[in-house]
Order: sequence, then C-alpha cells, then structure tokens
Amino acid sequence: MNLKLKAPLFSADRIMPKILLLFAVMSILTTVGIVVILITESAGFFRAVPIWDFLTGTEWTPLFAEPKFGVLPLVGGTMMITLIASVVALPIGLFSAIYLSEYAPDRVRHVLKPVLEILAGVPTIVYGFFALNLVTPIIKYFLPQTDTFNALSAGIVVGIMIIPMICSLSEDAMSAVPKPIRHAAFALGATKLEVAWKVVVPAAFSGIVASFVLGLSRAIGETMIVALAAGAMPNLSWNPLESMETLTAYIVAVSGGDTQYGSVEYRTLYAVGITLFVMTLAMNILAGYISRRFREEYK
Amino acid sequence: MTAFQNSEAELRRIHRRKRINSFAHGLFFASTTVGVIALATLLIQVVSQGAGWLDWSFLTEFSSRIPSNAGIKAAFFGTLWLMAITAPLTFMIGVSTAIYLEEYAKDTKISRIIQTNISNLAGVPSIVYGLLGLTIFVRFLNFKDSILSGALTMTLLVLPIIIVAAQEAIRAVPVSLRHASYALGTNRWQTILRVVLPSAFPGILTGSILSLSRAIGETAPLIVIGAVGYVAFTPTSVFDRFTVMPMQIYTWASQPQAEFQNVAAAGIIVLLIMLLGMNAFAIYLRNRFQRK
Repeated sequence: MNLKLKAPLFSADRIMPKILLLFAVMSILTTVGIVVILITESAGFFRAVPIWDFLTGTEWTPLFAEPKFGVLPLVGGTMMITLIASVVALPIGLFSAIYLSEYAPDRVRHVLKPVLEILAGVPTIVYGFFALNLVTPIIKYFLPQTDTFNALSAGIVVGIMIIPMICSLSEDAMSAVPKPIRHAAFALGATKLEVAWKVVVPAAFSGIVASFVLGLSRAIGETMIVALAAGAMPNLSWNPLESMETLTAYIVAVSGGDTQYGSVEYRTLYAVGITLFVMTLAMNILAGYISRRFREEYK
Repeated sequence: MTAFQNSEAELRRIHRRKRINSFAHGLFFASTTVGVIALATLLIQVVSQGAGWLDWSFLTEFSSRIPSNAGIKAAFFGTLWLMAITAPLTFMIGVSTAIYLEEYAKDTKISRIIQTNISNLAGVPSIVYGLLGLTIFVRFLNFKDSILSGALTMTLLVLPIIIVAAQEAIRAVPVSLRHASYALGTNRWQTILRVVLPSAFPGILTGSILSLSRAIGETAPLIVIGAVGYVAFTPTSVFDRFTVMPMQIYTWASQPQAEFQNVAAAGIIVLLIMLLGMNAFAIYLRNRFQRK
C-alpha cells in the first residue's frame, strides 16, 4: 500500500501561495516604479538646473526665452491652498468628531455619518465645479477685487473636501478612548465639555494630530479643485485673492498641452512631481510616526 | 458651615460651566452640519444649473464646440471601457494580495513590508500615479494614450483601497470556520477557496465597488497620461484614444463660455447618478449579507 504523506509536487496548495505572492509583490513594484521613475526622469532636469537653484528660485517661467526654474512660486501656491484648507477643515473636522463621538445621540449619528461618507465619495472634479460656480462668485460679491481664479475659493473647497477624512479619523481615535475614563471624569462632576476637551481629546491626541497631518497631505496633493478654481499663473504672493498655481495644477496644465517627449517642459513634470511626492510622503510618514510614538495604550 | 456660605458662589460656578457646555454643544453641532450644508448646496447648485440641459440628446450626442449640441456619449462609453478593464484587474490582484497577507504570511517580514508599503501608497497623490502611467504604460510599453494605459494606471491607483477592504473582510471570518474545515481534512488552499472566500465575499464585493467608484471619479492621472477632452467616437478596442466622464466635465468646466458650465453641471448629474447607484448597490449588498 502506498501511503502518500506528502502532498503532490504540483498541488494547488503548494503553487497558490507563490502565485498569490506574485500578485502581492505588485504593490511593492508600484512603489519602486514611482520612486525610480521620478528619480531617473528628473535626473536629466537636475543636471541642467542645479537643485539648489530649483529649490530657492522665486521665478517659474519654463517657457520664456530665458527660462527660470525656481519652484518656490508653485510651492508657495500649494502652501497657500493648504493653509486656507486647514483653517477651514481642522476646527470643523475636530469639532464634528467631538460632536459625533461625545454628544450625538445614536439617531443623529446614524443620519450624519452617512452624509459625511457621501461627502467623502464626491469626485474632486465636482468640488472644482462647486468652487468655480458658487464659492468664487460669493467671494467676488463681497470682495470685488478678487481674481476669477483665486487661491481663497480653491482653498476653502479643498478644506470642505478634507473635513470628512479628518472627522472620521479623529472620531476613530476618540472612540478608542475607553468608557471608564469618561465615567471617572463624570463622577467627579465634570460637564460633557470638560470630559470631551480635558479628558478625551488629550487621550486621543496622537490620533487627532495624525488625522490633521494626513488631511494636509491630501490638500497638498489635491489636483482638480485647484486646477479649475485657482488658476494657472505661478505667483509667489501672500494675497489669497490672487490667482496662484500649485505643483499639481502645473502638472495638469503641462499635460493638457502638446508637450513633446524629452522637451524641457516634459522634464519639468518629473521635477515638480518628485517635489510633490517628497512633500506628501514626508507628511504621511510623520503622521504614522505621531500616531505610533505618542499613542496612549489602554489595556 | 462653610459649605453653606460658599454655596451661592459655587452654584453660580456650576451654572457657568453648564452654560459653556451648552454653548460648546451648539458649536460642535453647527460644525457637524457644515458638511451637510455643503453637500446640500453642492447638489442644489449642480441640479439647478444642469437639470435644464439634461435631456436624451445629451446622453446620445458626442461633445461639441456648441454648448447646446454637446453630449456625454463618448465619455460615458469611455468610462464603461475603463471599468471593464480596471474592475477584473483590481479584483484579481487586490484579493490575491489580501489572501496572501491574511492567510499565508500573517506576520512575516515580507508581509510587514507589503503592509507598510500599501498604506504609504494610499497616501500618494493621484497625479503622481499619472506620471507613473505616463512613463511606464504610455512611453515604455508604448500603449500610447489608449484606454489600456488609462485602465492600468487606474488599477494601480485603486489597488490599496481594495486590498485593505478585502483584508478586513477576510479577517472578519471566524477562526472556528477554518478549524472546522481543517478538521474535515482539507488543506489550506481548499479551506481558503471553499470556506474563507465565500464567507468574506460580501465584504470584498463592497470594497471593490467602492474602489471602482473612486476610479470612476478620478481625473488627474488620466490628464497626465494624455486622455483628451474632445473625442467624437465610441471606442472599439482597448488601444483607442478615449475620454471619461470626469475628464469631459473638466474640459467643459474650463471653457470660457458660460453655457459650458451648465453642460458641465449636466455631466456631473450623470456622473453622480452613476456613483450613487453603485454605492447604493454596495450598501444593499452589505445589508443583505449582514442579516444572515
């Protein structure tokens, strides 16, 4: 009698893990692909334009007869949008999270949470349309000197876009704070606000900060809203009512035109792309670090 | 008797703290309604601008330089083609990755690397995926600005979403089910295929629909790989040039003529109805299978 103790050499049970691993490696290849491509394709650009000039130059005029490649106007535009978005989204996102986690009765929660989920699922192009057709006219009504394309309108709408993200991540952090800690504070006579603000928020602080950083990283990488509503004019300025171009909007503007492969314009795509990638990656890593390093563990 | 002497001041303090609490309650509630109000105004704005332009010919005509003749047909079919490639690809790669991470390599070094990597990928701006697609699919593999390039780029973009969703669904399958299956003498793969996957299927399906609706709404990467705003034919193969609905809406919304904003609004209504339909379907599936 031939008792087979080993599985046959070519059984599904032996082969499948290897095939599955092959698919799982796809995600690593994607990352490697992004990094390698951004570095190799921008290498040519940085050979022609010293990296220091690129990072500190205050003029971005790649199409002029005497082109200038200072990325600061694009970074400045991105920062302005992100700043406006954070003024809108951080307090509203945090307050909504506090309301949903500490105050809201179940019935209200069951209505509000899906609405925020829908808001998170609206395509960014729709937000761009909203900025251009509603928010900009309202701003222009109050401040007639505003440009048709301006940073303020785009920034506000980017802020609205990231509210659901900040709210749901912060709320997750707050719901993870154990009930007994709240009960202890209530037993000492604290009001709901005091429990929320002096007990729950500090306990969930790392998660809340991480949600802020992730939200800002989203704002930096946001493309369609700024491409539609903020304009396409590199502009290093402190005035949010002016038209500004962000890193992402520049990539869109160049890609939409007829760019020759290998031209200067084509190579700027990758130089700007790697700048954007490094900025968002740094923030995402920071968010991960904050939420791990400063997490309060309850057991 | 100090308690009595202080009681009035104490009482006033308590009232003050309660008032501050009620005020904060109102403030927090008002903040939460900002999202609701934003969504409502957005919808009202879009419908009031676009509803009048939404008719049968809008669905059956190609885009045009004359606003009243413009239609969304090419973009609608472009979106369908894109989905027809992206959906099976993301499903296959995403679910395979999730199975590998959850069932085979639960806590190995490689699974940790892949896991960290996936969460980092989820934070990469979509336009950077466009640059990846432009370099690899459009230039290197020479698929040009075709549906195939767009679909492959979108696949990479939404993979992290479906992987995470599928992982959660698989993790939610009780260990006891697996043990019961092993006790009947099955091997690992048979258990995964016959027990784990069927039980995790509703969750996986919901995740795939959500990741697909993300792909339908994305514009930026497709602009980078060279999708165009004006296409006057419906694609017949994956190597055709194409446009998709958000791309078409972007093109209309960036036209200088004011009427094109209304055309864009009509396009948004079609896009939102499609997304809403998909999401409703996902929620329906979730509820239907959860009840069991």
